Amino acid sequence: MTEMNYRDAMNRALREALDENENAYVMGEDIGPYGGTYAVTRGLYDEYGPSRIKDTPLSESVIVGTGIGSAILGMRPIVEIMTINFSLLAMDQIVNHAAKLRYMSAGQIEIPLIIRMVTGGGAQLGATHSQNFEGWYASVPGLTVVAPATPYDALGLFRTSRSMRDPVIFIEHAMLYSVRGDVPEEHYMVPIGKADVKKSGEDVTIVSHSRMANVAMAAAQELGEIGISAEIVDLRSLRPLDMDTVMKSVEKTHNVIVLEETWKTGGFGGEIASQIVELGFNFLDSPIMRIGGEDVPAPYTYVLEGLAFPDAERVIKGARSLLGR
Amino acid sequence: MTIERQTVKDQLLRYYHQMVLIREFEGESYRQYMQKNIRGFLHAYSGQEAVAVGVIGELDDRDYVISHYRDHGHAIAKKVEVNRIMAELFGKSTGTSRGKGGSMHLFDVAKRFMGGHAIVAGQIPIAVGLSLAAKEIDREAIVVCFLGDGAIQEGEFHESMNLASIWKLPLLFVIENNLYGMGADIAQTLAIHDEIYKIANGYRMASAKVDGMDLFEVQEAAQKAIGLIRAREGPYLLEAQTYRFRGHSISDPANYRPDIEVSYWMSRDPIKLLQSRLIKENIASQEDLDEIHKLVESEIVEAVDFAEKSPFPNPDELYRNVIADSGE
Repeated sequence: MTEMNYRDAMNRALREALDENENAYVMGEDIGPYGGTYAVTRGLYDEYGPSRIKDTPLSESVIVGTGIGSAILGMRPIVEIMTINFSLLAMDQIVNHAAKLRYMSAGQIEIPLIIRMVTGGGAQLGATHSQNFEGWYASVPGLTVVAPATPYDALGLFRTSRSMRDPVIFIEHAMLYSVRGDVPEEHYMVPIGKADVKKSGEDVTIVSHSRMANVAMAAAQELGEIGISAEIVDLRSLRPLDMDTVMKSVEKTHNVIVLEETWKTGGFGGEIASQIVELGFNFLDSPIMRIGGEDVPAPYTYVLEGLAFPDAERVIKGARSLLGR
Repeated sequence: MTIERQTVKDQLLRYYHQMVLIREFEGESYRQYMQKNIRGFLHAYSGQEAVAVGVIGELDDRDYVISHYRDHGHAIAKKVEVNRIMAELFGKSTGTSRGKGGSMHLFDVAKRFMGGHAIVAGQIPIAVGLSLAAKEIDREAIVVCFLGDGAIQEGEFHESMNLASIWKLPLLFVIENNLYGMGADIAQTLAIHDEIYKIANGYRMASAKVDGMDLFEVQEAAQKAIGLIRAREGPYLLEAQTYRFRGHSISDPANYRPDIEVSYWMSRDPIKLLQSRLIKENIASQEDLDEIHKLVESEIVEAVDFAEKSPFPNPDELYRNVIADSGE
């Protein structure tokens, strides 16, 4: 075991991809000599050179389109979209093309493309740079949406993403890059579509993904101190969605909090909550509680930003009120 | 007749055949639409035949073609079987995409026809990616991307021009300028509508404009462009001035076009132009051409028959190919 942070786990994941397939390349804005906005690609340009580490113009749509076209003809592109906010400029290529071409060509076209993008708020970047759109992508058939919360999952899920024959939206959270965790030296993979029960509990299930899984873990610790045993389910991927693991937990605890960072209105948590109701209404002892971001554009000042996103305190309060304790 | 002259004749008659086949295919697809055998959107390529046939005729089989929603002509020129195209329009299981693509989304990867893309300009970034792979791993091939005058108005076109130029990709952009983006006169929608090819200057890309109704001119211009691209001189933009003989789609009577304009362009019908040239220059006889028309007639009858007799896809086809199926 080595302890490393999430950023270094991703850096290692990219190196492996480049080392193991000569047709793999990394492409994005300022990922070369600059080293990437979040420094994930640091050092790669010097080591692999400009043909493997391709700096691009600020043109999200053509970056993704180039990934699609080159993947169709046998390359293994790993595209970095600097932040998920900018991915809206590439939405046409992602949703109308990457997600559709296999189907529309009846399987003649295959797009093994990984699109990495950085999600999330909490860094005082204001309304345009603090959003979570992974739930939007998860609603599109043809896409796979992966969102690791730990360095271990980041590396393991990336390895599995590389074995996929279809486009993968790989969601990294800006506030997770410095989070540290154990990563084995020996090779391992993390399956896509398998949620992780990060902590077992009896009283309430908290379902979340990405940074919110860590918020849930922090809340669970404090809840434990007041005698509430929370079970934490980290989805790890939104499509495919592992409802089996969620329902097993609901069957055990009978109480659910669905926690997500984005706005509750139209948030992916609504999908999870409705599936829980469809699949196991009778297991529930209480209404499903949803905790999400406030329905406002993210403000800049920390005094307000702190109010806009869920935190451990809000989860604790929610669990106590749900259970009446 | 010398061997060279015979070769030229054969080639020109092949092109004539393709152009007539495209024209008649479109006419028949309109008839089949009226009979409700074809539904959804239907955009005819009639009038623009010399562009697809002239450019694609200069390519090798290993080269890639990617196109837009008005894609029947490019598919036929890239030798996709008309039976399978007609079956796709009928929504049948023998269609190019087993009925899951439709008129605007034809694909035949074995023929290196890479679609049929119905979001205006959406195919252009993908063409950049295809040509990147052509440059780096499929080194013998080049890529031709067809787009309309409407697509130039989209940002994806400009992003793609820039990147293709910076990376010196083996990519030929062919703009089929038929003067209208759907119903809008490009004089109202494009600042540089009368000199579109000059957009390339802003991206330090070579470019030219050609009469898209004249097969010989298209051939010559394409040959030059493709030669430069194969010599690794970077991408090239070719603007072909052409005209749609029908409305934007089957539901468009095209009332916005002045009669005098339509009749002018009809008088420059690319098939008739080629026909008179073949006869005038004694390259082919009227009998040669009649034979081709007869052949096309039977090909169209056969395509309709094939499409009619083919079964619709099974319901389980609905769930196939969303992502890689097991065993796919």
